Amino acid sequence: MILSVLDHHTIDLSAPRISEAGVADYIALLKPRVMSLVVFTAMVGYFLAPGDHHPVLAITSILCIAVGGGASGALNMWYEADIDALMSRTANRPIPRGRITRPEALTFGLVLAFFSVMTLGILVNWLAGALLAFTIFFYVVIYTIALKRWTAQNIVIGGAAGALPPVVAWAAASGTLSMEPVLLFLIIFFWTPPHFWALALFRNDDYTRAGVPMLPVVAGPDATRLQILLYTVVLVATAVAPWPLGYFSAVYGTASLILGAGMMYLAVEVYRLREGTPANRATRKLFAFSIVYLFALFAILLLEVVVKAILPMVW
Amino acid sequence: MDNERKPTEPDGIVLTEAQKKSRRERSLAIAWALGILVVLFFAVTMVKGPAVLIRPM
Repeated sequence: MILSVLDHHTIDLSAPRISEAGVADYIALLKPRVMSLVVFTAMVGYFLAPGDHHPVLAITSILCIAVGGGASGALNMWYEADIDALMSRTANRPIPRGRITRPEALTFGLVLAFFSVMTLGILVNWLAGALLAFTIFFYVVIYTIALKRWTAQNIVIGGAAGALPPVVAWAAASGTLSMEPVLLFLIIFFWTPPHFWALALFRNDDYTRAGVPMLPVVAGPDATRLQILLYTVVLVATAVAPWPLGYFSAVYGTASLILGAGMMYLAVEVYRLREGTPANRATRKLFAFSIVYLFALFAILLLEVVVKAILPMVW
Repeated sequence: MDNERKPTEPDGIVLTEAQKKSRRERSLAIAWALGILVVLFFAVTMVKGPAVLIRPM
C-alpha cells in the first residue's frame, strides 16, 4: 500500500537549481530606463508641491517611488516572461535568458513593493504610500495581467500607471492633492499612446509574433497613424493648457508651444508617410522626440522651481 | 558503509566558483539594502523628531 503511494507520487530528486544571477541581473529586472523617467517625473512633482522639502524626506520619498517603480517592472517581467522570450526587444531580459527564474522575480518584486509602500507610508505619509500601492497594483494587475494581452487600448488605460509617479511625489511632499499634479498626470497620460504606438509601429513584427494586441497588430498601421495624430493633438493641448489656466508660467507655456509644434510636425509626418524607409524613419523620429518632449517639459518646470528658490538668495 | 566516507569527500552540494561569487554578490547587495533602510529610518527620525510618530493620511 505504502509502496503504491510512493509509486504514484514520484519525488524529483534531481539536484536543485542554484542561481548564478548577479546584482546586475536584479537591477535589469527593475527596468532602469523606465525607472529613470519615473524618478525624474517624481522629482518634478515633489519640488513643484508646496512644503518644506527637507532633503532627507525628499531623498526618502523619491527613493521609495523609484523602488516601487522597480518592483512594478520586476512583477511585469515575472508575468510577461513567456512573451518577452518571443520579442527581440525583450528576449535579453533576465528571465528569458535563464539568469533569474519566475518565482525569484515574483518574490523580488513583491518584497520591493512591500518595503517601498510601507517605508513611504511610515516615514512620509500614508496618502503617498496608498497612492504608490495603487500605482504598483494598476501597473501589474490592471495593465500587465488584465489589459495587455486582451485589448488594443492596453497602453491607453495602462498609461495611467506611468502617469502617477508625480502625483505620488506631490502627495509625499505636501500631504494633499490639488490641480497641478492632476495636470502633470494628464500630460504623461496623453503622451503615452503616441509614444508607445510609434514604438509598436516599427516593432510590429515583434508584437505580432508574441500575440500582443497592440493597435498596429489589431487595427493596422494606418488606423494607428490616425490615432497617433489625434492623441498628439490632445497631448499638445493638454500640455499647453496649464499656462493660460494660470497654473504654470509663461516660460513653460512658450516652451510647451515650441515643443508641441515639434511633436505635431512629427505626428503629421508619421500620418503622411506610410510606405518604406521614410515611414519607418518618421515613426522612429517621433518615438525619439517624444522622450525629449516629455523630458524637456518637466525639466522646465523643475528649472523654474530651482531658479525661484535660488533668486531670493542671490538678490 | 556510509560512516566510512573519507574525511576529504565533500558533503552535499558543492557550489561552483561562479555560484559562490554570485551568492556573495547577492548577499552584499541585501546587506547594503538593509543598511540603507536602517540609515533612512534613523535620518528621518532625527529630522522629524517626535513628530515621526504622527503619520497623517
